[in-house]
Amino acid sequence: MAGISFTRRAGLAAGSAIATAALIGARGSAAQGAPVKVGELNSYARMAAFSVPYRNAIQLAVDGINRAGGVMGGRPLEFVFRDDGSTPGDAVRVAEDLLTREGCAFLAGTFLSNVGLAVSDLANQRKKLFLATEPLTDALTMAQGNRYTWRLRPSTYMQTRMLTEAARGRTTRRWAIVAPNYEYGQSAAANFKRLITASIPGAEIVAEQYPALGRVDAGATVGALAQARPDGIFNVLFGPDLTAFVREGNTRGLFERRFVLSMLTGEPEYLIPLGDETPEGWIVTGYPWEQITDGPHKAYIDAYRARFNDTPRKGSLLGYVTAQVVANLLNKANSLDSEVLVEAFKDLRTDTVVGNVTMRALDQQGTMGTWVGETVLRGRQGAMRNARYADGADYLFPEAEVRAARRG
Amino acid sequence: MDVGFIVVQSLSGLASASALFIIASGLTLVFGVTRIVNFAHGSFYMLGAYIAVTVVPWLLEIDRSPTLFFTGVLISAIAVGVLGVLMELLLLRRLYKVPELFQLLATFGVVLMVQDAVLKIWGPVDIPGPRAPGLRHGVEILGQRFPAYELFLIVIGPAVLGLLWLLMHRTRFGILIRAATRDREMVGALGVNQAMLFTGTLFLGAALAGLGGALQIPRVSASSQMDLSIITEAFVVTVIGGMGSVPGAFLAAVLIGQLQAFGVLVFPKITLVLVFLLMAAVLVVKPWGLLGRPEAAAGRAALPEGILAVRGFGRVEKLIAGLAIAAMLAVPVFGDAYTVKVATEVLIFALAAFSLNFLVGNGGIVSFGHAAYFGLGAYAAGLLVTKGGLPMEPALLAAPIAGGLFAALFGFFVVRLSGIYLAMLTLAFAQIAYAVCFQWVEVTGGDNGVVGVWPSAWAASRQVYHYVVAACAILAIIALRRVVYAPFGATLRAARDSEQRADAIGIDVRTHRWLAFTLAGGAAGLAGGLYAFSKGSIDPTLLAIPLSVDFLAMILLGGIQTVMGAVAGAAAFHTIKDIFMPLTDFWRFLLGASIIALVLVFPRGLAGAFAGWRA
Repeated sequence: MAGISFTRRAGLAAGSAIATAALIGARGSAAQGAPVKVGELNSYARMAAFSVPYRNAIQLAVDGINRAGGVMGGRPLEFVFRDDGSTPGDAVRVAEDLLTREGCAFLAGTFLSNVGLAVSDLANQRKKLFLATEPLTDALTMAQGNRYTWRLRPSTYMQTRMLTEAARGRTTRRWAIVAPNYEYGQSAAANFKRLITASIPGAEIVAEQYPALGRVDAGATVGALAQARPDGIFNVLFGPDLTAFVREGNTRGLFERRFVLSMLTGEPEYLIPLGDETPEGWIVTGYPWEQITDGPHKAYIDAYRARFNDTPRKGSLLGYVTAQVVANLLNKANSLDSEVLVEAFKDLRTDTVVGNVTMRALDQQGTMGTWVGETVLRGRQGAMRNARYADGADYLFPEAEVRAARRG
Repeated sequence: MDVGFIVVQSLSGLASASALFIIASGLTLVFGVTRIVNFAHGSFYMLGAYIAVTVVPWLLEIDRSPTLFFTGVLISAIAVGVLGVLMELLLLRRLYKVPELFQLLATFGVVLMVQDAVLKIWGPVDIPGPRAPGLRHGVEILGQRFPAYELFLIVIGPAVLGLLWLLMHRTRFGILIRAATRDREMVGALGVNQAMLFTGTLFLGAALAGLGGALQIPRVSASSQMDLSIITEAFVVTVIGGMGSVPGAFLAAVLIGQLQAFGVLVFPKITLVLVFLLMAAVLVVKPWGLLGRPEAAAGRAALPEGILAVRGFGRVEKLIAGLAIAAMLAVPVFGDAYTVKVATEVLIFALAAFSLNFLVGNGGIVSFGHAAYFGLGAYAAGLLVTKGGLPMEPALLAAPIAGGLFAALFGFFVVRLSGIYLAMLTLAFAQIAYAVCFQWVEVTGGDNGVVGVWPSAWAASRQVYHYVVAACAILAIIALRRVVYAPFGATLRAARDSEQRADAIGIDVRTHRWLAFTLAGGAAGLAGGLYAFSKGSIDPTLLAIPLSVDFLAMILLGGIQTVMGAVAGAAAFHTIKDIFMPLTDFWRFLLGASIIALVLVFPRGLAGAFAGWRA
């Protein structure tokens, strides 16, 4: 085993040396010296549709940062990517590997909420910074929040609130909820129940369905929802469950004359597989990258498409912004000490491709937002209409709630 | 509720049942003839869907006709059948002479490889299939709209059942299948070409799985996770129906379909566990499933699988054991922090695997749900620390007690069964325990689990905690090993090799098995408690099927015929995984390939190969 780990490390070192050399060759001002290593763990095998574009974009951003002189006064930035095995047990071991053997200054990444929480607790125990990028669970920054854990992406609460506020002014009273039966689905449903009455006074929930993740029995679920005769549907399904649900719902006319709010459906990861079955007129959160026409965001999209010969996904955007925030953090802290990094993160403002992103000190949640718009069919593909960027800063948890949840 | 709704909901259930039956019928045929628990059946289903979403749109380009659509579906099914034949010829055929469980391990390796192969070939994005031409629309039934394609599915299930009936009763091949399902040894003794029979059955089984997958494409998109989502359900259907019984599978599928369709109305969250509750209930009442029959061979003294000769340690073995213990104790002195971490986990898994092999190798009790006791131990320890405010020491004591108590409770029912039915009942109980941990959010934290399960201050460092684990795990393994060598262990082996004979000489087989199950559960619980403190968190993946399968893989890699094989297997499995995971995104492919390679090279496991070399 020792022999193998030696070759692995040697291989990585050689790889980064070649990369650095190539960069130095490319431009005189490129970064030099010992690289600053960030340990990135994510579900590359199991959630490849999200995580591979995410990793690609980080690579793209990091190469740009290093060409422009690196971080902390000229050191190259390096992300060490690892698969987190998609279980908390594997992820904690991988995180230890990144912190001890690979000598990473801090951790970033994770996809599933339970994995994110386990790594967050490890970070707290080992007193190392952890930037959770994708896990959406509210617990990460609320009840289970800790000093060393920060989250970039809008949480379940924030995205639910973006949708319920988009429903303001409607008269849809009778609502049905369909959500995958795990933490993300359950807490989106709970947030929805709490928030919808603020937008539509007198709104009531007439049906709830919680199919097991990845195993929706679409016919039975659609039948049960239709039977309750709701006026509106709040959907939290995504991925293969969403495709099955939408097809069944289209054939059975579930969505006709019904107002639908749907989480994440506008993200290319989930919209592309819907194809010409994309239902029209749903209010969704998503990423209409094709509607970005100027500024650094457009420049990033062009660079991404040129380099990877693929259209960007929501994961790509998150990866790019992650690298920008990390670089800014390192420059501001100018130290790899965890305590200095944590202090530097407090209310850190980063000018990213989606605009300003601030890491709010109170709950250690970033203000990166997302797009809210209406689904529409363009040709044989779904798209978003009337999309607007909802700045996360407007949808954070109220300060009093954060204080109550994070007490102690 | 109006009549129209009830009728349509029931039709939805029938459509799901039809789809499920087609897949499960293949599984039950393969099991009936070859006695292989084919984990790769779900992979065949997935491959059927992927091949169909590739072939069918290409055919529809020529002409959007229903004929071409169903031609594409049949082509996919046949292509998957050919893949099944390849698996039989290249892999399973080499393994018919080794214990049956090894074929299970080999098919598990195939599952891992296919998962990554699919990602490589078709990419990670879900691929939606085309709708069936002519069956896109909805049909009005009693004022409710119902998809025409699902009406078609409702018809196709019974049609497949009818065709299979004709095949089984009107062709020589089918008669041989039935004969082999009843009594495989007798068929062999009568001079039937078993190799041809097995290859043909694998073709039929895989083709049915492929057909099931291909027929799903108008309803669900092809995704790389559909294999695991279907395989447990297909197992449940075959077991409820009775392994090897095609009509039984049909009956069970209809039952499950209806239960799902109406279950979601009453308990919208219960889909996770409903089928397993049904399976547990059926098996407790009817130990062979609804239409299954006791194995004809059940009464014979079969060639025993598992630990045969319990020789004591010779000089070489003593030296190796001493070196292994010394190496484990020296890790914190010489190894870096990460090596310590991995060594700690190897020790924990060694204990868990050893306790499983105590059941499988020594007692012939094959448990597919051993992670349940591991996880329940972890939960007991974790909840006592985080919610109960206790320190680590009493919590670690509670872990084996919890594991043992639940093993005693579940084991009471489990030991009444035998063979594959016993294995499936352990799986059902494990899934029920998993669902409780998953669903009871207030106490267990749901699927997020509970964090903050860290050792007491004196044991907080990785090095000290490693010694805590080493002391607990090594002592527990030594204690369990003594039980194997004690009269109790010998009694279990006697009951394993011939229940009737053991019974005849006055052994209370059930009580002995029950005690063994409880003891193994306690040991697994201890391992789970140790694991929780090494990770700092508990969550339902600790009770989940993948971990149970990992434990099985460990003991099979090590070899179930030897006492210490499980320890070697745990070390090998965990090390392989740890080496491959950082190397590539396709680590599951490498893990699967190395499992298959090890099974082929060491068909009796690592320790079995060592014992052979010594002899």
